[in-house]
Amino acid sequence: MTVTPLGIPRRLLEFTIDDEKTRVPEGSTLLDACRAAGKDIPTLCHGDTLTPKSTCRICVVEVEGSRTLVPACSRKAEPGMAVRTDTARVRHSRRIVLELLASSTDLSTTPKAAEWIKKYEAKPDRFGPDAARPGEGPRVDNDLYVRDYGKCVLCYKCVDACGEQWQNSFAISVCGRGFDARIAVEHDGPLAESACVYCGNCIEVCPTGALSFRSEFDMRAAGTWDESAQTATATVCAHCEVGCTLTLHVQDNEIVKVTSPHDNPVTHGNLCNKGRFGHQHVQNRD
Amino acid sequence: MDLHFGAGGPTDDERAAVDELLGPPTSSWEGADRRDADLRWARGGRAARGRRHLLLPGLHAINDRVGWISAGALTYLCRRLTVPPAEAYGVATFYAMFSVEPRPATVLRVCTDLACAAAGASDLCAGIESRLGRGVQVERSACLGLCERAPAALAIKAGDPVRTAVSAPATVQEAVLAASSPDSAPEEPSPTTAVPQAGDPSLTLLRRVGVVDPSSLDDYRAHGGYAALRRAFELGPAGVIREVTDSGLVGRGGAAFPTGRTWQAVASQPDHPHHLVCNANESEPGAFKDRVIMEGDPYALVEAMTVAAYAIGAHRGHLYLRGEYSRAAHRMQHAVDQARARGLLGDDILGRGHAFDIEIRRGAGAYVCGEETALFRSLEGHRGEPREKPPFPGETGLFGRPTVANNVETLVNVLPILAMGAPAYAMIGTERSTGPKLFCVSGSVDRPGVYELPFGATLGEVLRLAGVRDGLRAVLLGGAAGSFVGPDELDIPLTFEGTREAGATLGSGVVMAFDDTVPLPRLLLRIAEFFRAESCGLCVPCRVGTVRQEEALHRIGERTGAAAADDIALLREVGRAMRDASACGLGQNAWNAVESAVDRLGMYG
Repeated sequence: MTVTPLGIPRRLLEFTIDDEKTRVPEGSTLLDACRAAGKDIPTLCHGDTLTPKSTCRICVVEVEGSRTLVPACSRKAEPGMAVRTDTARVRHSRRIVLELLASSTDLSTTPKAAEWIKKYEAKPDRFGPDAARPGEGPRVDNDLYVRDYGKCVLCYKCVDACGEQWQNSFAISVCGRGFDARIAVEHDGPLAESACVYCGNCIEVCPTGALSFRSEFDMRAAGTWDESAQTATATVCAHCEVGCTLTLHVQDNEIVKVTSPHDNPVTHGNLCNKGRFGHQHVQNRD
Repeated sequence: MDLHFGAGGPTDDERAAVDELLGPPTSSWEGADRRDADLRWARGGRAARGRRHLLLPGLHAINDRVGWISAGALTYLCRRLTVPPAEAYGVATFYAMFSVEPRPATVLRVCTDLACAAAGASDLCAGIESRLGRGVQVERSACLGLCERAPAALAIKAGDPVRTAVSAPATVQEAVLAASSPDSAPEEPSPTTAVPQAGDPSLTLLRRVGVVDPSSLDDYRAHGGYAALRRAFELGPAGVIREVTDSGLVGRGGAAFPTGRTWQAVASQPDHPHHLVCNANESEPGAFKDRVIMEGDPYALVEAMTVAAYAIGAHRGHLYLRGEYSRAAHRMQHAVDQARARGLLGDDILGRGHAFDIEIRRGAGAYVCGEETALFRSLEGHRGEPREKPPFPGETGLFGRPTVANNVETLVNVLPILAMGAPAYAMIGTERSTGPKLFCVSGSVDRPGVYELPFGATLGEVLRLAGVRDGLRAVLLGGAAGSFVGPDELDIPLTFEGTREAGATLGSGVVMAFDDTVPLPRLLLRIAEFFRAESCGLCVPCRVGTVRQEEALHRIGERTGAAAADDIALLREVGRAMRDASACGLGQNAWNAVESAVDRLGMYG
């Protein structure tokens, strides 16, 4: 039997977005409200299954009476608020955030980054050829996944997914401070010596492709990665009796990546090591 | 939580340092030898995880004993506190005073920040480096809060116990002596030397500095101490809050929020326990007033915290004291111990049934921990990163409970409010900025130090009092997060509204004077370096913006006019985004000083 959770009925709040009246259930964020009203708000560090840390600041909007802009992803809607999503001030901050990010990070595998850079007329090259970049190469230290921190925007999603919000493995954390901050396991060592259980739930939430399947990383390097040629097959993991939902991404009759739907009310897109990576037997054709 | 600990244990020294803080381990789950009983009972859960807040003191214990934090020591501390090693590593690498790489036992931190830079810190540094061998690590440091005695150096020699020595004003010879044998270095001058007005009967906040013996509770009481607490008990909690509200007291840490309102908000919260936090992480370049109060009149802060706790219904107070302030920490600890021994802290203060105690927590070198939500995270044993507000601390603060976080100066103002009554206190100063205010005056003046003046005194009056030297080129108001004003603006009234109207900021009361011998572009670059180094890295505008700001100032160098115009435009755009979109005050104010130098002083024009 499928049960649709109804929850406690919530009061509706009324406020305005871009001068238009809107009503959302109490507890909604401004991002929820803006999206419900059909506004296009870019987000990077926001994850549909995680509590936002509001680190990227690309979703900022203007709230009347607020000295600074506010991140739509974490600010809760309040009755009587006047929210503006596309003022010059908002566009300016989004443009600069994109310029700062693109000048310090490789956004080539970040979905929509190129589109936003065009939309907000960002010019990441303006900081000159000497603009500092963390300058990290990909870390390939195991067969299952790759950590390419040159593509990392420090959104904290992998840390939250690995830690108290989902996996409770606490294998990674942010270390260092400021521009030198990095995602690392203890003592910044290799994954194999860490508390990592290879569930890959960090890959599931990574918004930039900094964390990727080894298969994807190798195929990108070989120039054979082609998302348009991939199919997605929904199935159920057969490793144990829990029966998590899997989405198998297949290219040329090979499973190249495994994800899980985030709207599954039990697993919320999380899998274990077997579900995420244990699919080679399917392809054993001998 | 299934924690994974790597191989490798602590050395005997490291284990002893941790055990001295936490006591010996009670089971193999905490790192003791394994017994059969341990296999039948896993000690974990909430009680074990609830000791996370001891992580920062634990890191201090190891660092103080050995000078750095090894992988084995960190692992042992993690076992003792049930903390994931990756997170502990993230915390240890967050603070400037810790190192996870081996280093010599002695670290000499030479301040190269604004006041010290103007007093020749770079020559001092070079001289020290040429004299000291490999046994001492010399580090160029952000402001050490010793601006009245610039240039300053702080030596920390790890051991049992850890020893520190301050050399200020430092010469190469004295700094080398402090680093090579901290025990035989001359004692620091009395805090009275930082208060040129000491002994002046018109003083309110500073009246006891230099007059009382800071180690003597009796002397404090003989000079009017603990009269305010007795008055508070007469008034009752609601009465105290009413007095504070009516006095018009606003926070002196920089945000200028009405203190009575925050107290009322917490006092009326049904959620318990309530917490009191005293923010003594004074790290704004140019600020040293809190240090002078804690060194010169420590019981005043103990009494003020007791009054505040009584008013808001808190039974625990946390004094978050800047890690570099070693003398202040000793004096405060002594004062707290004495007060506890005499029944002025504890379960039944003065026999009035109110229970309150103060715990002193040392910071470890992070300016951002002056931001209240970052300070809470730091106290809780996490990286000192700020979080989004709302919810505000009055609702969700330390350990998720309603919390009042006040600066040292704000709290000690409560004593005269109760002593003289709110109406008399509100008569001091101006209508919207009431009471006395402390100013930290340093730089190009003959008598640098902390000055107390009623709100409303002009910038020129403060500078004349301190003996400003000829050839004044610029004054930095409010510290690195504040703004420059020119020598033609000395009639700015030093009130919250007056500075705001003038487009400047009072901040925490920093007044730094620079004469025309100081190269301003070099100062701006130092400010930019400061923000780059102190950004916590949480949000993009600040993490990358502070770097791009520093790079642009490097590129500009000494250039002016059209040659600098492109980079000035770029600075303006990045600065605007930092101000609008950064997560906390650090990033929001990181561009203030540069902007004011361009717009008010006409730099690079």
